[in-house]
Amino acid sequence: MRKPATLDIDAILDDSGTRIIVCCGSGGVGKTTTAAALGLRAAERGRCAVVLTVDPARRLAQAMGLSELDNTPRRIVECESGGQLFAMMLDMKRTFDEIIEAHADPERARQILSNPFYQSLSSSFAGTQEYMAMEKLGQLRRSDEWDLIIVDTPPSRSALDFLDAPERLGRFLDGRFIRLLTAPAKAGGRSAFRIFNAGFGFVAGALTKLLGAQVIKDLQTFVSALDAVFGGFRQRAELTYKLLQAPGTAFLVVAAPERDAMREASYFVERLAEERMPLAGLVVNRVHESPAATLSGVRSAAAAEDLQSRGEHELTAAVLRLHTGRMQLAAREHREQDRFVTAHPTVPVAQVAAMSEDVHDLAGLRRIGELMAKA
Amino acid sequence: MRLHVVTGKGGTGKTTVAAALALALASGGRKVLLVEVEGRQGIAQIFDLPPLPYEERRIAVAPDGGDVYALAVDPEEAMLEYLEMFYGMRRAGRALTKMGVLDFATTIAPGFRDVLVTGKTSEAVRRRGKDGKRVYDAVVLDAPPTGRITRFLNVTEEVADLARVGPIKNHSDLVRGVVKSPETAVHFVTLLEEMPVQETLDGLADLQAAGLPPGGVFINMVREPLLPQPVLDKAVKGRVDTAELVAGLEAAGLATGGDAKALAEALAEELAEHARRTEIERDERDTLTAAERPSYELPLLADGVDLAGLYELAESIRTQGAA
Ligand SMILES: Nc1ncnc2c1ncn2[C@@H]1O[C@H](COP(=O)(O)OP(=O)(O)OP(=O)(O)O)[C@@H](O)[C@H]1O
Ligand SMILES: Nc1ncnc2c1ncn2[C@@H]1O[C@H](COP(=O)(O)OP(=O)(O)OP(=O)(O)O)[C@@H](O)[C@H]1O
Ligand SMILES: [Mg+2]
Ligand SMILES: [Mg+2]
Repeated sequence: MRKPATLDIDAILDDSGTRIIVCCGSGGVGKTTTAAALGLRAAERGRCAVVLTVDPARRLAQAMGLSELDNTPRRIVECESGGQLFAMMLDMKRTFDEIIEAHADPERARQILSNPFYQSLSSSFAGTQEYMAMEKLGQLRRSDEWDLIIVDTPPSRSALDFLDAPERLGRFLDGRFIRLLTAPAKAGGRSAFRIFNAGFGFVAGALTKLLGAQVIKDLQTFVSALDAVFGGFRQRAELTYKLLQAPGTAFLVVAAPERDAMREASYFVERLAEERMPLAGLVVNRVHESPAATLSGVRSAAAAEDLQSRGEHELTAAVLRLHTGRMQLAAREHREQDRFVTAHPTVPVAQVAAMSEDVHDLAGLRRIGELMAKA
Repeated sequence: MRLHVVTGKGGTGKTTVAAALALALASGGRKVLLVEVEGRQGIAQIFDLPPLPYEERRIAVAPDGGDVYALAVDPEEAMLEYLEMFYGMRRAGRALTKMGVLDFATTIAPGFRDVLVTGKTSEAVRRRGKDGKRVYDAVVLDAPPTGRITRFLNVTEEVADLARVGPIKNHSDLVRGVVKSPETAVHFVTLLEEMPVQETLDGLADLQAAGLPPGGVFINMVREPLLPQPVLDKAVKGRVDTAELVAGLEAAGLATGGDAKALAEALAEELAEHARRTEIERDERDTLTAAERPSYELPLLADGVDLAGLYELAESIRTQGAA
């Protein structure tokens, strides 16, 4: 395998200039685990860290004392080093509600919060979770209570969703149709559809027929109420975006050594560069190594066959077959990593071995942290 | 069973299992429709076909006769079709689309999108030919992942909140009739790993709470045991006969003396780890058994899933009596 630059995790954690670490990557690769492991390691090295997790596996959440989803950081450990680890689990609906409460007058806030469309949007819009993670990050950073914030990103099909979602929400709020719906409020509260041209009237008729008049009314109430907090949305999304570009931020791309995940990691690295977001490196998680790597898969397979044909040493033959499979897997994983390194020779890389069990206690997280830092 | 809904954690093999199940159900001269709803062209990929249009077309023939048809449901097309069918409003439909109304509606209320795609699926389930018989003997739906399945199938509740009266409401009631009928089964695909198994159990509980009909559990990518159970049982406890390994390695001419001993110890470590993983798999299997749903095991195909592999999985599904 090609030798990539090594990712020095401890240097990043120990640098007091590092204020935000973002763990991103495609679905299921270990973002939450990595974020939690980094938080623990940072705390044990003396930092006051908070991990913002999104949807952690239940047992990991329990291990971290995150059984309550109350949207505020809780202290998990206090270290001898003087460091501390806090963690919280993102509640996207709560976060959305708080924004509305903070930025709309009470009457309007009440209108929005009780509207069925708001309830649907705030709990299920594809992208709300990403947007709210960014929002929460902004809040934590502004509070300045922690000297290091580690952000886990939402599970998604594509690693890019995290960067794209806030813009998508913005685009949605700016959409043509939403503009049409809010227009009446601006035109002095007359009926929505009267002021539109004939073309729209036709569409409005179809819509009313399709959805029913009550739905249209709810929609309009919602959209015009939301309109009041629009500006704030966009402004804060931009601020958080700038925060991510700042030198105190370090992006870690997490990937599994598999074709799809490494390909996503490549895209993501390129995208971060385009957006001028500071990339610290790639963490390849769940790597399979063999303790007997000196024996190649090919020799092992041949020897197993030889023993079997002679009808001897059944156990050894079986163990050699097992080893062959393991070496083949390791070779496949190396090839996938090679591709990445060839395309991005300057990106520092750290590897974390696959544990035989899921990671759901502090000891497991500590172990992951050690492996990551060992490089 | 007429409608088979296939869900599971992301990446566990939902699309693969749905396709194999469709093949299995079609065998013996039946006609089955395989539906996908996420706009990812997974069916085309797996059957090695160019992207499927919004149209039911035959894509495969089952081993002993029988046809598998496929349909990639596109919510936008489904909406246009729906408008035309019930209101004769094709032109208005186009105008709505152009204005981004559908984007808007599905963003603000994903339930609308779900009603459109489940509506199309329900229509295919209920459809009858001129002879009065059902057109499809079975419909298999490659559904969204576990985390979203109950909501997806239960759109009626969500949509009922948004649209208390009117045509959308009527339409979703119709969907509910199909989805909650005893002719429907929601199957889960899982791996023998902690997270997918946990999701399966949670998903089954959610389903039950929502009054939706649970089906079987498909345990996918099951590895064949490489070593006898007694050896594994000992290895888990760290007891491996390294003397025998040393002898074996020497006999095979791989190493001698101290080298053979070191290699034997390294291989013993590898074996112990494998044994631990196998034990975890067994525990996960036991956990699944506690759910008391019929379960089926599908082998891990060494070379990945190609067309031949798909037929192999279909055969396995049939011999286990899942279809
Ligand atoms: N190095 C490792 N060895 C073994 N298991 C691991 C390792 N890293 C993560 N896992 C396990 O893999 C599973 C997925 O990890 P995790 O939840 O961190 O992924 P994620 O990227 O946050 O997923 P999602 O995209 O769904 O949020 C968990 O069960 C976790 O315990
Ligand atoms: N029995 C099997 N043996 C070997 N490989 C398999 C098996 N089943 C599925 N796979 C492979 O696993 C991967 C995921 O399968 P598939 O796409 O069916 O999963 P999915 O649950 O539909 O994923 P998604 O959540 O992304 O829709 C594919 O590469 C597929 O070829
Ligand atoms: Mg996660
Ligand atoms: Mg799929």
